[in-house]
Amino acid sequence: MPEAQTLPTRRPSKRDEAWRYADIPALERLGVDALDTWQEITLAAGETRRLTMVIGSNAPELHRIRLTLGEGARAEIFASNIGGDYTRVEVEVTLAKGAHFEFGGVTIGGGEAVREFVTKTVHAEPEATSNQTVRSVHWGTGTGNFLGEIKVVKDAQKTDAAQDFKGLLLEAGASANAAPQLEIFADDVKCAHGATVGQLDEGARFYMAARGLSPETAQRLLVQAFIGDAFVELDDEAEREKLLDAALAALEGAAL
Amino acid sequence: MLSINNLHASVGDKPILKGLTLEVAEGEVHAIMGPNGAGKSTLANVLGGKPGYEVTQGSVAFAGQDLFDLDPHERAATGLFLGFQYPVEIPGVSNVQFLREALNSQRKFREEEPLSGGDFLKLAKEKAGLLKMDMEMLKRQVNVGFSGGEKKRAEMVQMGILDPKFAVLDETDSGLDIDALRVVGEGINSIMRASDKGVLLITHYQRLLDVVKPDRVSVLAGGRIVQTGGPELALRLEEEGYDAVMADA
Repeated sequence: MPEAQTLPTRRPSKRDEAWRYADIPALERLGVDALDTWQEITLAAGETRRLTMVIGSNAPELHRIRLTLGEGARAEIFASNIGGDYTRVEVEVTLAKGAHFEFGGVTIGGGEAVREFVTKTVHAEPEATSNQTVRSVHWGTGTGNFLGEIKVVKDAQKTDAAQDFKGLLLEAGASANAAPQLEIFADDVKCAHGATVGQLDEGARFYMAARGLSPETAQRLLVQAFIGDAFVELDDEAEREKLLDAALAALEGAAL
Repeated sequence: MLSINNLHASVGDKPILKGLTLEVAEGEVHAIMGPNGAGKSTLANVLGGKPGYEVTQGSVAFAGQDLFDLDPHERAATGLFLGFQYPVEIPGVSNVQFLREALNSQRKFREEEPLSGGDFLKLAKEKAGLLKMDMEMLKRQVNVGFSGGEKKRAEMVQMGILDPKFAVLDETDSGLDIDALRVVGEGINSIMRASDKGVLLITHYQRLLDVVKPDRVSVLAGGRIVQTGGPELALRLEEEGYDAVMADA
């Protein structure tokens, strides 16, 4: 009997750490071929590249990006994830000496959809830095996830890696998950991560109402302030506005 | 202008206001004084419509309307301003953005045209100047990093910009030093002293009333107004204390 010609891509399951919160049936609808599609980007030493993305249709979407950064290179990814169905943005980054990876992401939405960012950042050489900020705002039974793996190899001294996640749930039933995963084999490194999930500040809402802001407007201002953190490092006002506007447009009709 | 009739209100299961009746006429500054726990802040919060305060009986008419028919933001747009004892910090939202949105929301509710960015800044600058507040502070986030005194001054700048018909000021004098007290008091006078406006000034101390001279003074105790008089009542309270004055009532 001949061997199977090519092994089919193994279908991920919830048992896989990076897929633990994923919507597997949605992935099936998308088709398994999508798993083999990676956008490969290689930056030469000193090169800088920025990607900004507004992701969101009413069908499942999977975006897989693989970045390889040369010495002193800088890659930035900023994304508004406003999908109406399962939407996953996955980024794998390998950093050479002194390179920097900046990631800012927002997931926002209601309904039943799962929207997630999954990053794997490998500090493969010394003195590289990475900074990741994700904000998730959900209602209905919507879910936002940030799974961030950081790997610091043995010789990658003076690594500085940071991850920050905050979830804002507008309604009971919505959820937000953060799964930081650190694997550190060097001893002279800084790795910070933080995650909180909360609700809108009732005191602020009443204060705003007492000044004449409708509940919708007060919520929009508070959400705008909340998600703004994810795009602070985006040094292009027009791009920043585009991502914020897309996210805030998704807020229309949200639970108050 | 503001007519409170037999108002009963509870927080949780606890009745706090127990048949409060009070009338504030147009052009009047009416001071409310009273011992701790009398229900002064509850009165302010009930008038503003704060969630968690339940009106169980009675009515409040404001500018010819049933106040309790209006949501909190509609009360504001109708001309009611609630000055907070503890102004709230709103990280990530600048004073300028907050106040412009607030003013234009109110104008929209009243079916008036929105104010342009330029006109708004001009107005904000004028009112900030009145309260001796730097415009730079208005560009900062709402109340974030403000001292107690700065927060109260910022409240008065907000009041100046929103230009309400009626202000309920809940211990606006708390946390102010003597100089700030004068600035804030004079701000209240210049913004709210008018024949078509009114103020309910909740305070513990005579010192604010030296600057903002009240037309009437009422004592709130045990959830009701137990005494009303002219400005001399506040002076007597300051001198003799609540127990002595109330025993005579």
